[in-house]
Amino acid sequence: MAGTVDVVNDLVDIDDVTLTYKGASGGVLALRGTTLAVRRGEFTAVVGPSGCGKSSLMKLVTGLVRPDYGEIVIFGDKVHGPVKIAGMAFQNPNLLPWRKVIDNVLLPLEIVEPHRRRFRRDKRKYREQARALLATVGLDGFGDRFPWELSGGMQQRASLCRALIHEPALLMLDEPFAALDAFTREELWCVLRDLWEKIGFTVILVTHDLREAAFLADNIHIMSARPGRVIMTRHVDLPRPRDLDICFEPRFTDIVHQLRTKIAEVRQA
Amino acid sequence: MNTSLERMSPWLFTLGIFVLWEAVCRVFKVDQFILPAPSATFLAMAQYRQALLRHSVVTLWTTMAGFGLAVVFGIILGLIVGWSRTIYRGLYPVMIGFNSIPKVAIVPILVVWFGIGEIPAILTAFLISFFPIVVNVATGLATMEPELEDVLRALGASKLDIMLKVGIPRTQPYLFGSLKVAITLAFVGTVVSETIAANAGLGFLMVQAGSNFQMPLVFAGLLLLAVEGIAMYAVFAYVESYFTRWAFRSSMSAAA
Repeated sequence: MAGTVDVVNDLVDIDDVTLTYKGASGGVLALRGTTLAVRRGEFTAVVGPSGCGKSSLMKLVTGLVRPDYGEIVIFGDKVHGPVKIAGMAFQNPNLLPWRKVIDNVLLPLEIVEPHRRRFRRDKRKYREQARALLATVGLDGFGDRFPWELSGGMQQRASLCRALIHEPALLMLDEPFAALDAFTREELWCVLRDLWEKIGFTVILVTHDLREAAFLADNIHIMSARPGRVIMTRHVDLPRPRDLDICFEPRFTDIVHQLRTKIAEVRQA
Repeated sequence: MNTSLERMSPWLFTLGIFVLWEAVCRVFKVDQFILPAPSATFLAMAQYRQALLRHSVVTLWTTMAGFGLAVVFGIILGLIVGWSRTIYRGLYPVMIGFNSIPKVAIVPILVVWFGIGEIPAILTAFLISFFPIVVNVATGLATMEPELEDVLRALGASKLDIMLKVGIPRTQPYLFGSLKVAITLAFVGTVVSETIAANAGLGFLMVQAGSNFQMPLVFAGLLLLAVEGIAMYAVFAYVESYFTRWAFRSSMSAAA
């Protein structure tokens, strides 16, 4: 649960964090007193009204920005710089258009240690690994295509592979499916669900889509309007493995409804 | 049938302009000293072909030398400027100021420093053509997607890693696009310098011919300049499409 620090089981502990962005027209308080804990292997979703600092949370956890106050602990160590154990994916797939899909997926291995040192020598092994990962998201045989030859949904699948190729302990997703059509989005929910169940990494998913959060997550944190902080944590006790049909069951819609009510409250405040 | 017409159209238009030009000269009986007809110009071109060839070669190589310098320095300076916001802010006004100076005004200074000849022409071509290269390379680096930078930084990538893996490759379309602009500017620089202070080159030849009232020869020089400009433009347009095919097909993946 949020607020309690459990060093043994927690992968991420965000403890009373405050963050201000220094802009030209003075500082903007993005987060104030945010506390949040994520257990190892947990699927966490963070939802909230737009501009509530959800994306700031992503940057804080990956060590890209530092809090003004409070601390972030990952694997029992305080975060000082880029954490290197995280994979990230965003709304825009951001694939490099001059690289083939497989080379896009391999990009993190050219950066992160210890793969970086071995990359040239073990290139064939790594390529096999990337091909296998692409196959698990349904992109079998698309490795040698260029990104522009793929549809938006397929590009996002490749982007997920790029976020996971270095086997990160933590996957950070910032509205990864927001730009996709409803059917493709649900398809990708299932892709992500299967990957998570198969590999067992920890996920922090930032999203606007309450159904997405309820379908995928173990715990959903609702954030207040800016300056953001976690005002409610909802545990999702739906059994796993979850099927898309669960979205039409009353207990699912109850959760979504409850989240919806809370966010409406927050937006008014 | 339509496509073959499309392929022929540049030649047809060029031919059309010459025909129109010839017709205007004949119908209105334009004095050859004011505007020589194409026939007279081509006649002069044939008559003075050796001199024209010699001077064309001089103009071409000085332009390419200046352009080569511009490419090297332009890329280096562009990478430096695009590397950090502080350098960008500091250097940009200086470069704008420098670029605003008409290069004609610099030629006399170059002559004092290096004497009359090819060196002022090379340097003028360099000075006039390096600016668009710098601006384009710097823009290519500065417009990198911040999310992509985050992805790599979170993995522990250094600034150099990000430049090598993303910045420099994504700058290529900007760079090759700017080369087409820069090569035509380089010709301007060379000819400006040649008309003021040189003893060879098409610019020099045209000034000489003009002072001897040999207008057909002046126009022959002009035409050759145009031919050289088009040829070099075509070379770099091909280079661009060869190296950055992905950029033309993908619209930089910014569509999403």
